[in-house]
Amino acid sequence: MKRRDFIKSAAIGLGGLLMPVDKSDASLWETFFQKYFREMTPEEKKKVAQRLEKEYKDKTGVQINIKTNEALPGVKFGYGLDLSRCIGCRRCVYACVTENNLSRNPQVQYITVLEFKNGEKWVSDLEESKKYYDHDTVPEPGHFYMPVQCQQCDNPPCVKVCPTKATWKEPDGIVVVDYNWCIGCRYCMAACPYGARKFNWGEPTVPPDQFNPDTHYLGNRPKFKGHVEKCTFCIQRTRENPGRYPACVEICPVGARKFGNLLDPESEISRCIETKRVFRLKEELNTNPSFYYFFSL
Amino acid sequence: MIEFTKDLLRHLMKGNKLYYAWLSVLGLFIAAGAVAYFGQADKGLIVTNMRDQVSWGFYISNFTFFVGVAAAAVMLVIPSYIYNFKPIKEIVLFGEMIAVMAVIMCILFVVADMGKPIYAWHIMLHPNFPSSLLVWDVIVLNGYLVINLSAVLYVLYRAAQGKEYKMSIMWPIVFLSIPWAFSIHTVTAFLYNGLSSRPFWNASIVAPRFIASALCSGPALMILVFQIARKVSDVDVSNEAIQKIAELIAYAMGLNLFLYAAEIFKEFYSQSIHLAPMDYLFFGLEKGGIHHDVLVPFTWVALCFNVTAFLIFVMPGMRRRFTTMNVACVLVLIGVYIEKGMGLIVPGFIPDTLGEIYDYLPSATELLVSAGIWSIGALVYTILMKTAIPIYKGELSLIPKGQRRKIPVH
Repeated sequence: MKRRDFIKSAAIGLGGLLMPVDKSDASLWETFFQKYFREMTPEEKKKVAQRLEKEYKDKTGVQINIKTNEALPGVKFGYGLDLSRCIGCRRCVYACVTENNLSRNPQVQYITVLEFKNGEKWVSDLEESKKYYDHDTVPEPGHFYMPVQCQQCDNPPCVKVCPTKATWKEPDGIVVVDYNWCIGCRYCMAACPYGARKFNWGEPTVPPDQFNPDTHYLGNRPKFKGHVEKCTFCIQRTRENPGRYPACVEICPVGARKFGNLLDPESEISRCIETKRVFRLKEELNTNPSFYYFFSL
Repeated sequence: MIEFTKDLLRHLMKGNKLYYAWLSVLGLFIAAGAVAYFGQADKGLIVTNMRDQVSWGFYISNFTFFVGVAAAAVMLVIPSYIYNFKPIKEIVLFGEMIAVMAVIMCILFVVADMGKPIYAWHIMLHPNFPSSLLVWDVIVLNGYLVINLSAVLYVLYRAAQGKEYKMSIMWPIVFLSIPWAFSIHTVTAFLYNGLSSRPFWNASIVAPRFIASALCSGPALMILVFQIARKVSDVDVSNEAIQKIAELIAYAMGLNLFLYAAEIFKEFYSQSIHLAPMDYLFFGLEKGGIHHDVLVPFTWVALCFNVTAFLIFVMPGMRRRFTTMNVACVLVLIGVYIEKGMGLIVPGFIPDTLGEIYDYLPSATELLVSAGIWSIGALVYTILMKTAIPIYKGELSLIPKGQRRKIPVH
């Protein structure tokens, strides 16, 4: 057996762990030895993106675009959530699933909407929350809702614990994951105080005709089994110039979700922080989220 | 060397029916574990019962327990080299071999838990050091393996040449291995301890409790293994050595129970919201009309076993009688296995950070893979013993045949 053949068959044998065996020789090799994203030159990033696009096309026949654009200068994203407006309809949850190509089976969702009974304890103790509420109509009388997703902390515990630096904070404040660099140890999931990090326990499935072709390498590109993913403030939308709102902000029927540049004093989010009394989740943990909750009424 | 290898293989093949039955059982479990693992590699970790809510489970519980077992060596190294206690010095090698076995099992359990194990080398290219305690753990565990393996190989190599080992070479190994043994527990404890998101782990008592319980489980396993070894082979382990180890367990268990009591008092007396994981362990939690209590029986069994074992170990009469002492060792092993395995890892995730309660018990795949890893550990230890004993007895030697003479051990 030639050495090359041996390596190939060995890699295929082990490759069941991640890689589809129908890949070509070169692609298998390139996938396995793909460099750390932050070390790649712009050309290398482009090549990797092209390879991933081709892989997806070979598999499904659908052409997608994987962007690798960097953070815009002078931008740090912030998010606001108006708890007096939220009605708990979960449209944000499903808009996020569609936009970010999250696995339909098994289900992966970045946003969790919690339901609380009026007067029950909440904020620092979420144990009375109901996650799987199932009413015919919302809001349920006598209840209120608090959606939770990645808080894009300035002091992110997930980044601190990751053994391979596969997750980091970008200059525009978004905490991202290099899915190809993550080894799936799930230490970040143990460290995250907001349940924001999601693991692909099985092979993620998205029907190709429902796949959003506008993707970013650090965001909604095709995913595999065995790595962690998370909300990226829809990096594929918000990093454009002019940028678009994250899908959850756009879909919200009651305008409970606010988004913008914290460095711009006239942005919607800066005005919210300026004029409302805002609070952040689990302040006692010193994670310094870029995600602000407030009441407009 | 070639002749030595041939001799070694001959010795490994030599054995009675019981030996072969033992090997077959291990082989069977390893094969079943391998099949289960390939299923997991193919379908993903979805075949386990872990989910986003409880993202670490049985594998990491076993890993944590075996980090504790690896302490076995240090419990023998200190009395034998530092205090020159002869009965223990005769068996210190077997303790170091237990450490080798335990660390190998630790590494296998972590690999079994990983989503993308074939990319584990990423940790060497971009280690998040010193920020990530997981990188620290990789360093200390592999270091501990190297230290113990070099001690074992060096002593065996000298013995195979018919010579005593040189203390000038052993001292550095010994001096490195003692603090290093404590470091593997401390670092592993800090791995959980440092997470402010998990109040159950984020308590300063975690690391001291880790060490206290480790100094119970490792030695208890040793006592049992040594007795089996001296029954099935002609290796000599003195009663005095075993009694000394048993005495050490008594102190360690006393400390462990005290620290545990301190933790229980603090949580149940102050009744803060951080009581929930402890409440879940002992009584179960009520949520949405469902009583979540899958770990309750285990918790009480562990507590009763540990207390009973402590009472047996602490009473000299009971400790000196081998039947009661062996029962106590089994109780310690089961008690610490529950307490420092599932009893430590799972409640860290219950309730989860958003208040959900997900009842976790391992799936069939997790049990099979774990049984496979246990068997690999047992096989490694069997092979190490089958190599060491004939070398000690002079039956397996690097000295050319004809020049051999029976050498005294140590």
